[in-house]
Amino acid sequence: MILDGKCPSGPLPEKWDRHRRSLKLVNPANKRKYRIIVVGTGLAGASAAATLGELGYNVDVFCYQDSPRRGHSIAAQGGINAAKNYPNDGDSIFRLFYDTVKGGDFRAREANVYRLAQVSNNIIDQCVAQGVPFARDYAGYLDNRSFGGAQVSRTFYARGQTGQQLLLGAYSAMSRQIKAGTVRLYPRTEMLDLVTVDGEAKGITVRDMVTGEIASYAGDAVCLCTGGYANVFYLSTNAMGSNVTAAYRAYKKGAFFANPCYTQIHPTCIPVSGDHQSKLTLMSESLRNDGRCWVPGEKGDNRPPHEIPEAERDYYLERKYPGFGNLAPRDIASRSAKEVCGEGRGIGSSGYGVYLDFADAIKRLGENVIRERYGNLFEMYERITGEDAYNRPMRIYPAPHYTMGGLWVDYNLESTLPGLFVLGEANFSDHGANRLGASALMQGLADGYFIIPYTIADYLARTAPGGVSTGNAEFRKSADDAADLVKRLLSINGKRTVNDFHRELGRIMWDDAGMARSEEGLEQALKKIPELRDRFWNDVKIIGSGYELNQELEKAGRVADFLEFGELLVLDALHRNESCGGHFRVEYQTADGEARRDDDNFSYVAAWEFNGSDKRPVLHREPLAFENVVPDVRSYK
Amino acid sequence: MDLTLYVWRQKGPEQPGRLEQYRAGNISAEMSFLEMLDVVNDDLIRKGVEPIAFDHDCREGICGTCSQVINGVPHGPEERTTVCQLHMRHFRDGDSIYIEPWRARAFPIIKDLIVDRSALDHLIQAGGYVSVHTGGVPDANAILISKPDADMSMDAAECIGCGACVAACPNGSAMLFTAAKVTQLAMLPQGRPEAKKRVCMMTEEMMKEGFGNCSNHYECQAACPKGIKVSFIAKLNREFIKAFDSHGE
Ligand SMILES: Cc1cc2nc3c(=O)[nH]c(=O)nc-3n(C[C@H](O)[C@H](O)[C@H](O)COP(=O)(O)OP(=O)(O)OC[C@H]3O[C@@H](n4cnc5c(N)ncnc54)[C@H](O)[C@@H]3O)c2cc1C
Ligand code: FES
Repeated sequence: MILDGKCPSGPLPEKWDRHRRSLKLVNPANKRKYRIIVVGTGLAGASAAATLGELGYNVDVFCYQDSPRRGHSIAAQGGINAAKNYPNDGDSIFRLFYDTVKGGDFRAREANVYRLAQVSNNIIDQCVAQGVPFARDYAGYLDNRSFGGAQVSRTFYARGQTGQQLLLGAYSAMSRQIKAGTVRLYPRTEMLDLVTVDGEAKGITVRDMVTGEIASYAGDAVCLCTGGYANVFYLSTNAMGSNVTAAYRAYKKGAFFANPCYTQIHPTCIPVSGDHQSKLTLMSESLRNDGRCWVPGEKGDNRPPHEIPEAERDYYLERKYPGFGNLAPRDIASRSAKEVCGEGRGIGSSGYGVYLDFADAIKRLGENVIRERYGNLFEMYERITGEDAYNRPMRIYPAPHYTMGGLWVDYNLESTLPGLFVLGEANFSDHGANRLGASALMQGLADGYFIIPYTIADYLARTAPGGVSTGNAEFRKSADDAADLVKRLLSINGKRTVNDFHRELGRIMWDDAGMARSEEGLEQALKKIPELRDRFWNDVKIIGSGYELNQELEKAGRVADFLEFGELLVLDALHRNESCGGHFRVEYQTADGEARRDDDNFSYVAAWEFNGSDKRPVLHREPLAFENVVPDVRSYK
Repeated sequence: MDLTLYVWRQKGPEQPGRLEQYRAGNISAEMSFLEMLDVVNDDLIRKGVEPIAFDHDCREGICGTCSQVINGVPHGPEERTTVCQLHMRHFRDGDSIYIEPWRARAFPIIKDLIVDRSALDHLIQAGGYVSVHTGGVPDANAILISKPDADMSMDAAECIGCGACVAACPNGSAMLFTAAKVTQLAMLPQGRPEAKKRVCMMTEEMMKEGFGNCSNHYECQAACPKGIKVSFIAKLNREFIKAFDSHGE
């Protein structure tokens, strides 16, 4: 099937306006007759729930944490982009659009990205009005910093805690609606299934994580805002609970999954210290504004960093990409780090690390300025490594961080299942094959505050409110299936822990489908994953019952889904015979090791349809048309 | 290193709880405290014992989910450090470690080390926001905010809502948490129009949720992993008096 992204026609700058004019509205008196289910309270979910509640809809909102304020958006450090052009350095909506499309290696829809750039400015206004304390200069104006993949300063920030402040803004707005009674909150509640009635999304099945009770909720539409799936690699910068379950179960109910192989490996994370490691910590990309990446010029040089003279260091990003230097985009910076470590020039006891050095910036600006800019990040680094980065360079290495792939959605953020909308990192929409820094926060809030309120109305206006209730047979079946799954997991009573299996899956994914992928490795992964999955279903050990708080059971459900989803990711990576953005196939590279894209054959979105547990999924394509930019070779030299 | 743990185990809210002793063997200095507990839990599972339930998510000190009292101190011995950021290099071979949940009237225990902190959400719902609708707001640079004010607002906004302040307070008071939110918004022009209502609603809600009063022990500040200062409580009090004055007018 050729998928239609439903992008409006007309000149790029007018598309969204024209489209909004054509969308149907729900009149104010009717809004309260509709119920909308929102799963997730990160930036996307909280902003959507707050805005839809304000408009007068009834909203049921769910999250697995104990409080909606803890969605993983809270961990974003660096900042959020907008095309305000406050520094007068040549930014514009078009430039933000162009940088994002180019950063994504020309694998995103033009119309979506342009809309994102357009509403970016409204986001900053909105957040300031809510009381988000962005950084300011001494005259009282908002301050900006630079991020990778851009030559302008367009990133707004709140110390090293931008995600926290933006999320608390959205959470507060949602809290106001909870008090007003338009939003009902269900924390510590995990979505286990999507319920469809006559092919449309009409509800979800959840498990109360305190009592273990399985229940269903019905609504007129469902918004999934459940974040990304980087934990398929086991070690990532995501929170421990981040999962693919909600999206994957929706996929099994008929929503197509797009570009699962587009995963982002972030160049600046604290290196792995041992087998006990449970997660990896990001050091914000903003550090690359002032930090310089280097490794020793010679293999096996074990001298401490300060004993290596300037001339014997290789500032590899500055050498290879003089135009962008240390601010080269993430995929390129990560691969370069892998490359120098592969040559035996990596640092630290494992050899998998590079230096991020602030000595020059401290000399130039003084330690105080650096402390002011990044103090909390240096503190975090010291807490974890016991090292003081003011006096010796940080050690960093790439780690799985973000997933550009996600459930397929059209321009209205609607999936292939009518009534199922997908927002934030959970969808695939705006970042193509690689996301630029500070653009995910922008996208989550764009989706929630400024897009979904318009597009969901168009769907609801064509739907009679309250059409289905949980008494419907589909709801009962969904609840029974979810309960069966819990029972099955608990009845295995094998020998190995859930973590064991997750770690093993992570190793396969990282080795065979991580920063560099080959046909051979991917084929191997396609054999290893089902075999591991089999062992999981025969040998996993979960203690306790389903009718109580049971964290091992929660984890097991998520890992069971990762064990299926990992295969889908590998399949997608294997079919995409090109390199683009975060997807690097070793067979497809230029003589100097850069990604070689194949626009003739792969300029499309790959959307996978579930086809039964024992059959290969079916591939559908959405061709990408570029009317306003020319997909050229992405050069940062 | 080898450690002896004494961990609070409690099956459910209504069941009695007690400290159980476990051995944590082969712990490396590089591990985080929660990774040490992961190792202990994997051991327990293999032995057929129910693992210790504890709250955690980001494991990088920002989500505010982790919540354990270690050797009598919320979040343990390191200053300005959450449990998830506490590393084992701060302990020594042979140490005994006592691990307990947050204890406060407003935070009922759910299981083992997990407590119910929804009372903190209720405080925000009572007025911890600016009543602005999405859309129709002025340009972000239309309102100038002096850097010191913006910085002070941000100092207060750094609160991660973990509840360590409540757990540390002999009265189980949520004064520091509330004061941080009141200050963040009171420092900004956007927050001023509702400042009086906000401080009244939030302090009233504190009583309703079963939080105690503040009697200036300053344990909250000592326990706060984000260094939120008790001077914000003074700010809350000033805001409260201002609100009270105008009510009387
Ligand atoms: C460490 C880190 C730093 C980052 N820094 C930046 C940055 O500086 N700038 C930038 O633009 N981006 C950054 N990003 C990326 C960005 O933070 C995320 O992409 C974005 O916040 C995702 O928001 P979201 O709302 O889509 O999902 P999330 O914030 O991940 O929220 C997911 C929500 O879904 C809920 N949920 C998930 N599964 C279920 C389920 N099965 N049942 C019920 N609820 C469920 C969760 O409870 C949660 O509330 C960073 C990411 C990380 C990890
Ligand atoms: S787990 Fe997030 S702060 Fe500790």
